[in-house]
Amino acid sequence: MKVVEMMGITKEFPGIKANENVSFHLNKGEILALVGENGAGKSTLMNILYGLYQPESGEIYIQEKPVVIKDPNTAISLGIGMVHQHFMLIPPLTVTENIILGSEPVDGGIFINIDKASRKVKDISEQYGLKIDPFARIESISVGMQQRVEILKTLYRGAEILILDEPTAVLTPQEIKELFTIMRVLIEKGKSIIIITHKLDEVKEISDRIVVLRHGKIMGEALTSEVSTSQIASMMVGRDVVFRIKKETIEPGEVVLDVHNVTACDDRGLPALQGITFNVRAGEIVGIAGVDGNGQTELVEAITGLRSVKSGKISLKGKEITNLPPRKIIETGLGHIPEDRHKRGLVLNFSVAENFVLMEYYKSPFAKWINLSYRAINDFAQKLIGRFDVRTPGKETLVRSLSGGNQQKIIIAREIVRNPNILIASQPTRGLDVGAIEFVQENLLEQRRNGKAILLVSLELEEIMNLSDRILVIYEGSIVGEVSGEEATRDKIGIMMTGVKGEEEKGEKCVGAETVLPFVQNDEL
Amino acid sequence: MNILDIFTWSLLTVTITKAIPLIYAGIGGLYSERSGVVNICLEGIMLAGAFSAVVCTHFTGNLWFGLAGAIIAGTFMGLLHGVLSITFKVNQIVGGTAINIFAAGATEYLIPIVFGKPGATPPLAFTFERQDFFLSKYFLIYMAFLLVGLTHIFLYKTSYGLRVRAVGEHPKAADTVGINVYLTRYLCVIMSGIFAAIGGAYLSIGESGLFSKGMTANRGFIALAALIFGKWTPLGTLGACLFFGFCDNLQSTLQGRVPIPSEFMLMIPYVLTIVAIAGVVGRSRPPASSGVPYDPSER
Repeated sequence: MKVVEMMGITKEFPGIKANENVSFHLNKGEILALVGENGAGKSTLMNILYGLYQPESGEIYIQEKPVVIKDPNTAISLGIGMVHQHFMLIPPLTVTENIILGSEPVDGGIFINIDKASRKVKDISEQYGLKIDPFARIESISVGMQQRVEILKTLYRGAEILILDEPTAVLTPQEIKELFTIMRVLIEKGKSIIIITHKLDEVKEISDRIVVLRHGKIMGEALTSEVSTSQIASMMVGRDVVFRIKKETIEPGEVVLDVHNVTACDDRGLPALQGITFNVRAGEIVGIAGVDGNGQTELVEAITGLRSVKSGKISLKGKEITNLPPRKIIETGLGHIPEDRHKRGLVLNFSVAENFVLMEYYKSPFAKWINLSYRAINDFAQKLIGRFDVRTPGKETLVRSLSGGNQQKIIIAREIVRNPNILIASQPTRGLDVGAIEFVQENLLEQRRNGKAILLVSLELEEIMNLSDRILVIYEGSIVGEVSGEEATRDKIGIMMTGVKGEEEKGEKCVGAETVLPFVQNDEL
Repeated sequence: MNILDIFTWSLLTVTITKAIPLIYAGIGGLYSERSGVVNICLEGIMLAGAFSAVVCTHFTGNLWFGLAGAIIAGTFMGLLHGVLSITFKVNQIVGGTAINIFAAGATEYLIPIVFGKPGATPPLAFTFERQDFFLSKYFLIYMAFLLVGLTHIFLYKTSYGLRVRAVGEHPKAADTVGINVYLTRYLCVIMSGIFAAIGGAYLSIGESGLFSKGMTANRGFIALAALIFGKWTPLGTLGACLFFGFCDNLQSTLQGRVPIPSEFMLMIPYVLTIVAIAGVVGRSRPPASSGVPYDPSER
């Protein structure tokens, strides 16, 4: 039986057709993977199914009956539940409060019956094997647990059809395994699941059938068992994709970046880095792997001078840069691709040309006394737009209006042409589509070939493993293990990411701090 | 003098009466801020409430109509703040400040137009002071404490209270489970206006029996401070309002009895407010989405 059928769905946003004549269906008891690049229209399509957007045209059938889903309430009453990519949970409230929100069991019309609510939450969680404490506050539980709460939220509302939007993006490899187990239990109990993802190995592992979207259109559909990952990938991108990045062996040279026993605090004054020591040599990519919120952000900020270092020493090419102002550090020869390109990488309301000179606007030829030489700036921008193939209507265009991939190209171009000794790349491919990811990774390797040192911080294990010569695993602000790029496996790193030290397995020296401080929860959802 | 002399029965009663307008306005602010709308215009709403109460009482000869007038004015002012900050997504501090300036100007402008003489209205023939219990200012005092209790129950024990808290923390999450964010915020801002206006009415028809320009004397801002000091909880706000009422009272009690210039004495409540907010509260966390207009299309 088809539990969901969407026919001829078209949805337009100003300037873009997010979905164009999209039709697909979901059978009862199956896991359907909706795959496609960023901006392919997967989330839009699911938001339409969940009633958050209204399509311009098209029909939706639920349990083979035509329906109009005008808001999430309608979707919920039709048995549709959605787990959003960014969790829709309220951190200071408890698990139970979050689950019942909007459909609370009440006495006398308004008073919440919290006992009844928590009992029901417990019942459902046991039924589906989702262990959870109904009275824990969301801000004090792990991301994996939070996702369970999201799933419970849909089950509490009687969902028969679950939509999971990029559910694995924030999870550790172990948590992903647990999620897949939960998904299988749900299917056993008669639910049907649509999973949105662009990770193809996960698609292969968990789904029964796939539907591929590209530029808002259906590109194809197949039984998962009958297609290979590279077939899916070329359907997604529209051309063949190189998965294995060719990396020639380079003998690393002298130490460029030396981080010695560095400690620093996070924004709330709690210890975030607890004695970090490592170095990056010329011609080498060092990857920092870890679950989000284990000190990666603080580490990058400490090196780039954006966060004060409490103790320890950082040097660049033998010159100490600890706690120097960011400009001094940049001038010593550091390039930085920040993790949040909107917040730190670009000034969104400046033009493309202005963004190209953010690091050097005060120097000749861009500056003459107190004037900016727009002729020099524009010439420079024109050159970079050509060389890095930035797709922009012009150099005067506001950066805000460009796509994420082109925005990232601007940052990478700007940082690379300054020819820095070390390039700090923090999640350089976050939110980019396959084509743009190739561009970024190719440029990082190019820098490596040119004998530059590169520090790569990423939450994407795949990326770290593909690019890095050495991989350091960070956990609670300490480096808990080091693996060489060739020896790295998903499992080996995955285990270390949960805090299990790597030295027993590898016999490598662990450089983490000895003191164990309370776990710093990442409260940013 | 004996320092203990100042701790008298009257200190307690005066403390409470000074705290009452703060409690109304503070609880009003709490509804607004808990739903995610910063309400810096409590001051202006109190002024509008105080003025409307006097006008309505003057022309109807009935204090209840005066109170009703304040409630209507408060509804209107809350609605205005709602339209600016919810529908038009104006910066809430800027919008609120505009409303404060508007209220101060409009009331001053209207005094001579309605009553013929600028600066202040003539004293009313009736005040709450001279009526029986239900028409005495004690009624408004008891109601203030009742309001705190009911707000506490509403916020923490009812489904609607949970929804208000959710909307103030993470409106998108509330939206995805079918809660109407805009409606919730509008209702809360209007409640906020109503309670702040009653606080203003207490000052005019409850205590002084007339309206003079700027008579709220920054109590709206102090109420806002009390709300922060009370960590955005009803009981905390009550405590903070009583504390600020006590400071206000201490100042008038100590005046003339200690050899300190009166100008310094007048500063006591404000200095204590700053000290209290800066130091004593520690890390007080506002509702996460307070001050951020909700835009469903934003991702």
